[in-house]
Amino acid sequence: MYDLAVIGGGPAGLAAAYSAYEKGLRNIIVLERDKELGGILNQCIHNGFGLHRFKEELSGPEYAHRYIEMVQDTSVEVKLDTMVIEITPDKKIFIDSPSGYECIEAKSIVLSMGCRERTRGAISIPGTRPSGVFTAGAAQRYLNMEGLMAGKRVVILGSGDIGLIMARRMTLEGAKVLACVEVMPYSGGLTRNIVQCLNDFDIPLYLSHTVTEIRGDKRLEGLTVMEVDENRRPIPGTEMEFDCDTLLLSVGLIPENELTRGAGIEMDPRTNGAYVFENMETSIEGVFACGNVVHVHDLVDFVSAESARAGEAAADYVLNGPVKGDYIRVQNGDAVGYTVPQKIHRDTAADKIDVFFRVRSVFGKSQIVISSGDTEIQVFKRPYMAPGEMEHIVISADKLKGFDTVTVSAKEA
Amino acid sequence: MTELTCICCPMGCRLTVDEDNDYAVTGNTCKRGAVYGRNELMNPTRVLTTTVAIDGAAHGRMPVRTEDAIPKGKLFDAIEELKKVHLTSPVHCGDVVLENLLGTGVNVIASRDL
Ligand SMILES: Cc1cc2nc3c(=O)[nH]c(=O)nc-3n(C[C@H](O)[C@H](O)[C@H](O)COP(=O)(O)OP(=O)(O)OC[C@H]3O[C@@H](n4cnc5c(N)ncnc54)[C@H](O)[C@@H]3O)c2cc1C
Ligand code: SF4
Repeated sequence: MYDLAVIGGGPAGLAAAYSAYEKGLRNIIVLERDKELGGILNQCIHNGFGLHRFKEELSGPEYAHRYIEMVQDTSVEVKLDTMVIEITPDKKIFIDSPSGYECIEAKSIVLSMGCRERTRGAISIPGTRPSGVFTAGAAQRYLNMEGLMAGKRVVILGSGDIGLIMARRMTLEGAKVLACVEVMPYSGGLTRNIVQCLNDFDIPLYLSHTVTEIRGDKRLEGLTVMEVDENRRPIPGTEMEFDCDTLLLSVGLIPENELTRGAGIEMDPRTNGAYVFENMETSIEGVFACGNVVHVHDLVDFVSAESARAGEAAADYVLNGPVKGDYIRVQNGDAVGYTVPQKIHRDTAADKIDVFFRVRSVFGKSQIVISSGDTEIQVFKRPYMAPGEMEHIVISADKLKGFDTVTVSAKEA
Repeated sequence: MTELTCICCPMGCRLTVDEDNDYAVTGNTCKRGAVYGRNELMNPTRVLTTTVAIDGAAHGRMPVRTEDAIPKGKLFDAIEELKKVHLTSPVHCGDVVLENLLGTGVNVIASRDL
């Protein structure tokens, strides 16, 4: 029987395992289906990681390397090539590894399976089904880990960070990136990526546009892009034709929660992740979740911080028993898409509670308001907010104590 | 006059840089924007990340990056230069894989152990 089993050895799992160890747990195992630790960071060879955590601008693999070394210096057991097939509410974990199918048991579990990319099926583009249509992350893996280029003339659908990063990467490697097409009136990625990845190479960004037709028999030969109205319907007469052999989809990430659902853990339809408390505990006692499996992060630094809390809470659960008492519900109000956490333990929460969320549209000078009914509890000022950038506020726990439900909303100042 | 977006923080201020007036920057909310705007027009630089070939390792490509930013205009030449590099495992995270890239004085380092 393990004290803690961590499912997924990406940055979230590594940070959780490490901090649980630091808190005194010794019997910890990390289960990873890949041949190596580090998760998605292994293919994110660009820089821009670690500005908060290490005060340095590292590449993805370098950031992973730091955590892999930290974990290797502990007695945490790592099992690679190990796919977790199922977990049960009583914390049995069924795994398939080179040594076969087996069941292990743990007193606590951290879920850190990350997320996967939305594919063409999930967004349904009309037209033929030629080869040459990839998710941006798949193309990234081919290029950065295997040295293979997805194609020569490229259009990118979606302005998420992965697509932007790939626009630059493929341009530098000799491909011609013709356009980045985004259906929303604003970009889904970080501004710095628009500048460094598109503007630097004169790649046009078409906002409020989408791909309306894909052509080609065996290989992609071309596609049509059209402007869309407020209801995202193509506007006739705005057709643009692109002659290209590759379409990269950067249309969002979906938390990978088959295991979570299978265990009967309560899910939040807004995040597609589990409902979590401020200590990252899910609806099952002793099962915690952190990182992209809970909600999609843009910065790995926040993944590490959140996951460290999950690891500490798992250690606390094993060493000191479950958290008692009721909780305060956190709701999303005007212009806010979701919040993480969704629940805060009334009596045991730390003094400062990190709350993450995304706004639903672009804001200039604005305010984030924490309220309950007509009572304003705390107000935070922001010069700028956008859906592409996760917001982070720190609420003082003592200000919340008297309330049952608090609402996080945003408005122009 | 050139317009650009400051990338130093998420606010993304729209800057205007006046080349004829000693690269004076307007539109910035803070000092960092003025520094960025000036550098961006006088000597824009970027950190380059790419991969180089490696033999005898679990993967065939080693991710690398320039230790510091290099002039933006040299990015494509730098990629060509790095195509000539061929490593043999083991190489450690932080090892220099190419010194003084294109005479910039900046080294290229390995981004992981392989
Ligand atoms: C392309 C891209 C670019 C990014 N750019 C930046 C950036 O510039 N700066 C920045 O700070 N952040 C960036 N991020 C974000 C950051 O990399 C992620 O937020 C972070 O990697 C999430 O960590 P994670 O551990 O939650 O998930 P992951 O890294 O996805 O790790 C999850 C792990 O779980 C394993 N797993 C899943 N299911 C199972 C199972 N059933 N059994 C066993 N193992 C399993 C997976 O194999 C994987 O190793 C980027 C992300 C992407 C995808
Ligand atoms: S000028 Fe200052 S406030 Fe504006 S984007 Fe640049 S760093 Fe941010």
